[in-house]
Order: sequence, then C-alpha cells, then structure tokens
Amino acid sequence: MSGASVAKGRHLPNSLTSPAARMVKSWESLLLVVVVVIFIVNSFASPYFLDPWNLSDATYNFTEKLMIAFAMAPLIIAGEIDLSVASIMALASTAMGYAVTQGAGTPELVGVGVTVGLLCGVFNAVLVTGIGLPSIVVTIGTMSLFRGISYIVLGDKAYTGYPAGFAYFGQGYVWYVFSFELILVALLAVAFGVLLHRTNFGRAVYAIGNNATAALFSGIRVGRVKFILFLLTGVMSGVASVCLTSRLGSTRPSIALGTELEVVTMVVLGGVNILGGSGTIPGVVLAALVMGLVTFGFGLLNVPGIVMSIFIGLLLIGVIALPRLWAQFRARRG
Amino acid sequence: MQASPSDRPVLRLSGISKSFPGVRALSGVSLELYPGEVTALIGENGAGKSTMVKILTGIYQPEEGVIEVDGMPATFPTASAAAEAGVTAIHQETVLFDELSVAENIFLGHAPRGRFGLIDRAAMVAQARALLARIGADLDPMIPLKELGIANKHLVAIARALSIEARVVVMDEPTAALSFKEIEELYELVERLKAEGKAILFISHKFDEIFRIADRWTVFRDGELVGAGLMAEVDEGQLVQMMVGRPVDQIFPPRHHALGAPVLTVAGYCHPTEFEDINFTLHKGEILGFYGLVGAGRSEFMQALFGITKPSKGACRIDDHIAVIRSTAEAIGQGIVYVPEDRGRQGTVKGLPIYQNVTLPSLARTSRHGFLRLAREFALAREYTERLDLRAASLDQDVGLLSGGNQQKVVIAKWLATKPRVIILDEPTKGIDIGSKAAVHEFMAELAAEGLAVIMVSSEIPEVLGMSDRVIVMREGRMVAEFDRATMSPEALVRAAAGIGERVAA
Repeated sequence: MSGASVAKGRHLPNSLTSPAARMVKSWESLLLVVVVVIFIVNSFASPYFLDPWNLSDATYNFTEKLMIAFAMAPLIIAGEIDLSVASIMALASTAMGYAVTQGAGTPELVGVGVTVGLLCGVFNAVLVTGIGLPSIVVTIGTMSLFRGISYIVLGDKAYTGYPAGFAYFGQGYVWYVFSFELILVALLAVAFGVLLHRTNFGRAVYAIGNNATAALFSGIRVGRVKFILFLLTGVMSGVASVCLTSRLGSTRPSIALGTELEVVTMVVLGGVNILGGSGTIPGVVLAALVMGLVTFGFGLLNVPGIVMSIFIGLLLIGVIALPRLWAQFRARRG
Repeated sequence: MQASPSDRPVLRLSGISKSFPGVRALSGVSLELYPGEVTALIGENGAGKSTMVKILTGIYQPEEGVIEVDGMPATFPTASAAAEAGVTAIHQETVLFDELSVAENIFLGHAPRGRFGLIDRAAMVAQARALLARIGADLDPMIPLKELGIANKHLVAIARALSIEARVVVMDEPTAALSFKEIEELYELVERLKAEGKAILFISHKFDEIFRIADRWTVFRDGELVGAGLMAEVDEGQLVQMMVGRPVDQIFPPRHHALGAPVLTVAGYCHPTEFEDINFTLHKGEILGFYGLVGAGRSEFMQALFGITKPSKGACRIDDHIAVIRSTAEAIGQGIVYVPEDRGRQGTVKGLPIYQNVTLPSLARTSRHGFLRLAREFALAREYTERLDLRAASLDQDVGLLSGGNQQKVVIAKWLATKPRVIILDEPTKGIDIGSKAAVHEFMAELAAEGLAVIMVSSEIPEVLGMSDRVIVMREGRMVAEFDRATMSPEALVRAAAGIGERVAA
C-alpha cells in the first residue's frame, strides 16, 4: 500500500458520528435516566412526593448551589478550582448584615452582596493569574480568610432585621409554584450554557483545560480567561449569598458551611473532569436534579441527614469509578 | 552473507502479529538481534517500530509469533520479565525519575542490599561510579537527575542498562534531542557497548546516523517486514525506497524565484540570558534558515518574536511600522505565527477535535459578536486541512489520535488559516517520517512562492541546505555567521555552529 501518492484534496467529512448517536452515548443521557428513575422511585415511595408545592420546596435543596456550580464548572474545565465559594457567601452575607445596621434598603443590599462576591473573586484571580500561585492552595487560604473575617465581625452574634422586601429573593414566587430562585437558576443555566458552549470564550475555556501551553501558543489570552472565570465564580457566590440570606432572613458566620464541597460534587457528578478539559452545563443541571431529588426523597422517608451524605458520597465515587471499571472490563474481554 | 553458526542471534522474534481496535499494527514480522552488532530498525511513522519495541520490552503481548532468547522459546508477559531476560530500552524521552539521584536511578529495583534487606547506599554509589566510569561518563552519582541535561540522562539510562547486565539494548531515537557533540559521544558509547558484546537495536529517522553505526538493517512498512540484511550491502536510496514503497527521486523541491520587499526587520533583540543582539531582515517569498546547535538560543529568540517571552531590548518592524508584540495574540495580529518544535505540548490541543484546533486562533473571524458559527469553522478547517492533504477520518476526530506528521499538518493548517505574513517553523520535520517530511518541504516552498516570508529553525543540515535562501548561524545566543545559497556548505555551517577555528576542540 503506497500511502503518500494519493492526489491532494481528499475530502474530510465533518463527523462520522451523528449528533443523535453521540447524545445517546453521552454522560448526560445516563444522568437523565438516573433522574427519571429516582423520580419514579420517589413517587412510589411517598404519596407526598408528587405534590407541586412539595416539589417546589425541594428545589431549594440545590438552587443556590447550582448557581455557583454554573461558574465552578467552566473554572474546573479550565483546570482551576475555587474552594472559597462558601466563605465568599459568608463574607457577602456578613457585609449585607452590616449594611442593614447602617440602614441600607433592599437594592443596596443586593448591590453589596454581589459586589463583595466580585471583589473576593478578583482577589482570588489576582493571586492565581497575577502571581501564578496554584488555585487549590490560594482558595484553601481564602476559604479560611473570608470566613475568618465573618467570625471576627460577628463573633457568636447574628445579623437579623433584613427589610421585608429583601425576603423576595429567597422566599418569593414569580408565578404559581415557580420561585424566584428557580426562575433565576433557569435563566442562569441558559446564560452559562450559551457562554460555555456557544461562544469563543467557552471554546477558549476548553482549549486551556486540555492544554494551557498550546492554547497560549495559539494566541489565547490564558491569564485573562482565567481571571474572568474566578471573577464569575465570585459574582455567582455573591448572588447565591443574596438568595440564601434572603431565604434564612439572618446571617451567622457559619452560614453555608461546607457548601463548596457540595458544589464541587455537583460539578463532578455532572460529568466535568476534575482534571479539566471536559464537561457540560446540562450535565451539571442534571447532577443538581439527582442530588436534589435524592435529598428530597430521603427527607420524605425520614432518612437521617448523615445517611444522605453517605449516599451522595457513594454516588460520587460510583459515577467516577463505573466508566473506568467498564472500560477495564471491556479491555479484558478484548 | 550468512551468519556463521557461532554468530547466533541472542534474540529472535518471528511471525509476530499485534492488532489494536481497527488497526493491524504488526503482521507476521521477524527481527533478529546479534551480539556485538547494531541492528537499525527503519520505517516510516506508523510502520510498527514502536509496537515492536513495546513487545520486546514486555509492555505489549503479541497475538501470534515466537520469541526466542539464545534459541530457547521465551515470553515477556511483563516489563520485568523482559528485563530479567536482559532486554532494556533507552527511549527518545528517557523514562527516569527527576527527583532521585543518579545512583538511585541506575539501581532502582535492584539496588545492592545490606543488613536487614535495606539498601546499601555506599555500595550503590560505589557501583554507580564504577558503571559511569565504564561508559566514560563524568557524572556525580549523588546529584539529583533533574540537574542533568538530556544527553547525560541518556548516559544514566545506559548505565542502568549495564547495571542489569542487559544483553539487548533498544535505543529508540536516542539522538533526537541531542546536540552535535553529544551525538558523537553517544556513537562512541554505542561502539563500547558493541565491544562488550551487547546486541543493539537502533531506531532512527536519520540515515547518516544509521550508516555510521549500524551493522545490519531491518525495514518495516505498514506493519510488515519488507527486508533485512547487512548495511554493507545496501545504499540509502534502496532503504528509502523500501521504507516508502516508491522511489524518492528528489528530496527537496526546486526553488527558483526572486525575493520580494522586506517584510520583517528585527533590530538589536536581546534577552538577559538567552540571546543577544539579533539583527536581520526577512523578505517576501524568502526562506531564512536558522542553524545552530541545540541550546544556541534559536527557539528562545523565535518565541520572543512570537510574544511568549519578552526581549529586554530591541525592536521589530513589519513593513514600515513598528510592531509591538507583548503577547502571542498581538504577534498573530501582526501576522507572525510560530510552529513550535514541541508539537505535543505547544502545538496541538489534544482532547479537542481537529477543526477546533485549526480555528483556535481564527475564532474572531469565524464567529459573530463572540458567538461560534460551526458551519464557518468546518469550512475554514476543511479548506486548509485538505490543502495540506491531512489524513484523518473526520474533522471532529480528536487531534491526539493522529500520527506525528498529521498533527504537524494540523498545526500548520491552524496558522495558514490566520493568513499570516511571517511563518516561523521550529524544527518542522523533527521526528516525522520521510513521506510527511517531503510533503512539509514541498509545502514550505509553495508558501514562499506565494509570497509568505518563512523562517525555518533546523538542526538538520540537509534540510537547511535544501530549503533556505539564506542561513543565519547562531551560537551561544549570538548570530555568528550568515550564508547565502552561493556560500553555504555543510562544512561551513558546522564550523560556524561549533565555533571551530576559534577554539580548539577538546
């Protein structure tokens, strides 16, 4: 066979696999099946499950975390991570509580919460992209730093006394059973889905996650992209903090403790490679539904919280191990 | 000439077959290695050489075929089984441990033991020193490996091979990353290993090297054995023809045309550690070669021109305006693009499909208001990959699945799609097979004829002589000589690059 003597201009098809075939084999399809199965099991397990208001309440299990996960997913795809998100929520909430004591109204409170989130994001971004420190170390540091400031400001006290109008973000309904948070998270899903999957910026995120050096050598402004990703994660933590503070109606320094791990779990369960390079927003949404439905179902059955976290932990290990075990099994059979 | 009865192969593989999903990597090939002789394994990329090495070293298991050691049937189910049988490999990018010391690297897994089964460090260091002395390597066994250059790492790998009493040494492109002088030292070492009776399998793309040190040859093509014999009975043309399955009448394309207007002028480029006072003018339609030894500062200078590193001094002009280049994005904006030497790390984004690799620097053109338009991306990617005759199943195939030569084509397609003024090619044909090499050369000539200004960094003299209109030689970060077509010769280039005539070689 003489390979090299073929005429130039050999036609290359766009793709050999149809979009439908690709979708069937995707991680997202598997998650969708899991969501449907849990939904059916839950509806048989408890007569209260299918009540629209119960289901609506259940969405609070994941809405605030999912907002942060939308920003965390591109950040992890780009090969970085932000473990300080829950502490940013605490600091933003503390700042809002302080603003209340200074007589701030609802619009100012939202401004304060989101701005504190943004500034925290910029702080992380400067340390990682400006100085070149590893993000896992930086954000473990700022995780302690941001929450530490909240503890210094609040001690064992709590801020309450948020204005009545502020309660809308965490407790209000836009229409029927559809809460403000649920509508917001749906809009954000579309926005981040478009950003990651339909824009030049999103393409740069994947390129950086797969090979940051080659991305740089292809003219991608790697530092700038990462800066924006940290900034977005900070802003989304601020937005989530507004919603959570509004829902709880009070601020304690321990607010949202441990949320960062639930966000990372959601992102990884959604099919984002923890080492960067791949993953989708629809996958993260489905992972949030899985986690939310499991928590809700167990709650209806009066399963203690600790069992839930065991289940979520096993689910996470399982979904990461299964594809690998399956590949090994197939390799062994030849 | 028949091998005499006393000259029996130490290792013989016959009828070896190995398949991967969708590919038959080897079908019924044979290989014989003789004590005290160097056998060159020759073939294009994808011919099955690497698969053969992996079978020899116990990493892959053949589906069919027989392995005999000293005439006795043997199997290499694991890498350690192959090592016990006396087979060891020195890879292109040596697989050693940077954080361990030289002595630990040599004796990892079989260190001399003292009381309680603990490693006897003193004995280990002493034995390491003896082994290094035996191969003429002046290295301190106590220093960590990471402090050594690639050539010295090869020496450590060879010492390791001797420490396990290897009888068969596989050298997979050992000279790919070495400088001229280091290569000479490696040749001497190969001679010593021969004298000690080791059988050596030498894999290389460089024919001068093969003719210099090999005693026997074996050619693979498309996973099949084409032939084997003694080097004394074959010439380069025959080997090339066996490799590619067709006669290669002319290695470099003819280039006859006048140079155009100046495109790029570099004045006084300096860097604190890597290069100093670089000045030249590049013309439309010109191929300017940069020759020098590895470490002469050529790549570092090119990367400064491309905005990766910052020069401490100097200016560059494109046409008649000063070009400010502080980032790769700005360099690309000015029409300067760079095909890096390190394809895997700097060239292709593995994990992304071919079309996305091609359009990565051109997204501003294919998109609208920052939103992707896939139809345009596919069209742009198709235009340039087909022009380069890319061999791939489809445009959404992962670029990491392509062969080295085809990955290089993707990188070049990526840059041509940006419609550059100046293209810098850094070792454009390093490690790619002879068929793809000719295609890359032909393409470079075509680009120059179309008016593109080309800079080619190359350490291969035939390539520099065959392709360049002018050659600048760099040594230790400085421009030391410049030749045009009339004055360039292999001897002149080597002398200038090595500084011969200015200082006496040791």
